Amino acid sequence: MARQRSKQYKDTHMPDVISQRPSATFPLDVLDEIHRAADQGIYEIRGLGAKRKLPTFDDLLFLGASMSRYPLEGYREKCATNVTLGNRFAKTPIELDIPITIAGMSFGALGAHAKESIGRAATLMGTSTTTGDGGMTEEERQSSKTLVYQVLPSRYGLNPDDLRRADAIEVVVGQGAKPGGGGMLLGQKITERVAEMRDLPTGIDQRSACRHPDWTGPDDLEIKIQELREITDWQIPIYVKVGASRVGFDVALAVKAGADVIVVDGMQGGTAATQDVFIEHVGVPTLPAVRLAVEALQELKMHRKVHLIVSGGIRSGADAAKALALGADAVSIGSAAMIAIGCNRNAYIEDYKALGTLPGYCHHCHTGRCPVGVATQDPHLESRLVPEQGAQWLRNYLSTMVLEMQTVARACGKSHVLNLEPEDLTALTIEAAAMARIPLVGTNWIPGNNQT
Amino acid sequence: MRFDLKNDALRKLNQYLHENPEKQVAVRNPAGRHNIAVGIDADIDVDIHGHVGYYCAGMNQNSRVTIHGNAGPAVAENIMSGCVRVHGNASQYAGASGHGGTLIIDGDASSRCGISMKGIDIVVAGSVGHMSAFMAQKGHMVICGDAGDFLGDSIYEAIIYVRGKLGELGADCVEKELTPIHREKLASLLMLAGLDHSVEGFRRFGSARDLYHFDIDHAGKY
Ligand code: SF4
Repeated sequence: MARQRSKQYKDTHMPDVISQRPSATFPLDVLDEIHRAADQGIYEIRGLGAKRKLPTFDDLLFLGASMSRYPLEGYREKCATNVTLGNRFAKTPIELDIPITIAGMSFGALGAHAKESIGRAATLMGTSTTTGDGGMTEEERQSSKTLVYQVLPSRYGLNPDDLRRADAIEVVVGQGAKPGGGGMLLGQKITERVAEMRDLPTGIDQRSACRHPDWTGPDDLEIKIQELREITDWQIPIYVKVGASRVGFDVALAVKAGADVIVVDGMQGGTAATQDVFIEHVGVPTLPAVRLAVEALQELKMHRKVHLIVSGGIRSGADAAKALALGADAVSIGSAAMIAIGCNRNAYIEDYKALGTLPGYCHHCHTGRCPVGVATQDPHLESRLVPEQGAQWLRNYLSTMVLEMQTVARACGKSHVLNLEPEDLTALTIEAAAMARIPLVGTNWIPGNNQT
Repeated sequence: MRFDLKNDALRKLNQYLHENPEKQVAVRNPAGRHNIAVGIDADIDVDIHGHVGYYCAGMNQNSRVTIHGNAGPAVAENIMSGCVRVHGNASQYAGASGHGGTLIIDGDASSRCGISMKGIDIVVAGSVGHMSAFMAQKGHMVICGDAGDFLGDSIYEAIIYVRGKLGELGADCVEKELTPIHREKLASLLMLAGLDHSVEGFRRFGSARDLYHFDIDHAGKY
């Protein structure tokens, strides 16, 4: 390239003014970000999850049955999908028809129509949905048969009446998109209703704390969990959700603190509004996080006793089946559920353009101007998402995921999706083999294992 | 009704308090146990004779809980209504995220008293530790003694009254005028707590509201 340009220079005797050699250190997106930072003097805040390339479940493949084991007949032989969560201490554990739950997303970040769509679809599919930062709305309690109530550091809207009418409680220690970070909701989304639920002035840029106000560390958490159990008379399960970072320690400490269910959220997990630097540079991808969590449970002999839900970038039945094969009891979806109800759908192009983006690239949940009515409090935009339609879309998507899981599980000879096991998997890349502790395809090599 | 926690299980006490309890409940020998009298929703009086551990009277609704001793961390956390009174001192996070009701501490309160408060009224007859009223959203805090450093850091719309000495104020917390409306509220809280201080000796603090919208010129405060 450089030689060609010098030749051109010699031939034409013109200065080489149009160099198009991009810098690997400063590619266009980095230049753009530096210019943006220089203009605005603040980090970029955005929605959704990590956009960088990360090791994913795509790097694992299933080993379908053949001679050494037999597959199940797709039409005649059942492949069950039901799962029980949280029977370690709770008198009334959660019984789900499918091992795919809906992750916590706040009313505030999402509009009421989105929350209702999600609640209805979850109920139709026999699974649970989860509140978020900002408390429980009447709409979501009414539309969700099984509702998990989050206890977050901000404690916005937290009250004992909602604790008692929840089906499970999730103590949120962290989130995959930002382990160690607190919440944010920018002023444009703090409408009167959101402000009232959070006891905040309307229209301010709201920051939520990153630590709980009344406990620090696992010993305190144990007492906190006991308090929640006492208030709810030990009826409902208590989940502990952590953002994937030091997964092994966190899972072990959550077990010690008395969790019934542990939710591990990998760094591909989404957010409504977080600093880009957090989303892209903090945390651990979901693939190694599952294996680390399962190992920690196995070491304590608590695997399948304390249940494990894995989330963060789960997109398909294949992803879910692989997480289960690695030892999870269920998966949870957030971003994928939003996409199913219209996020980034190819419509209202002018409104995407007004945000400076296009369908397929939008991550502008933080603006409150969601073109498809999902992540907004604006009544006009919200009217674009009809709850019945949203529920139908999400139901279809969840049904597809379940059929995909069953297809894979039957091919591996399993009569229940929870019977999938690591032995059913092979790794396509050395990285995936090392992270998931699954042999590299065509070998019995697991990098990092002491024996090899 | 009487409970003696030397013999009675905590579970038995809390279950009783959740199911149509008698108007007067006395608890003896708490011995610093955690989670005593949590989640009550009844118009009753509970007297706890001794010291309590974490979260005593947590999430209280309607009842009046009196602790005849000292309280461990986060007494009356997330209280919704009713009244919790500590005759001794209270450890850190007293009244954390309280949404309503009243917390009266006759002794001193440790650090982070009233953290994330959302409508509770807190009256401390003694002094409070550092970072009290951190991220306080709504409600009132009356401090009859001194306040430790960083009082009212990142405060929203809560109102703080201080009678004694102040450490360094927290980010975005400033002194404000004690108007007649504020005097009236302060006087009613002092009366509720049975304290006969004159309102004239108090100063009022609240939010400068500089951190409500991000501004590069305030970046150093974040
Ligand atoms: S389309 Fe809506 S929900 Fe999806 S990223 Fe954009 S703003 Fe967020």
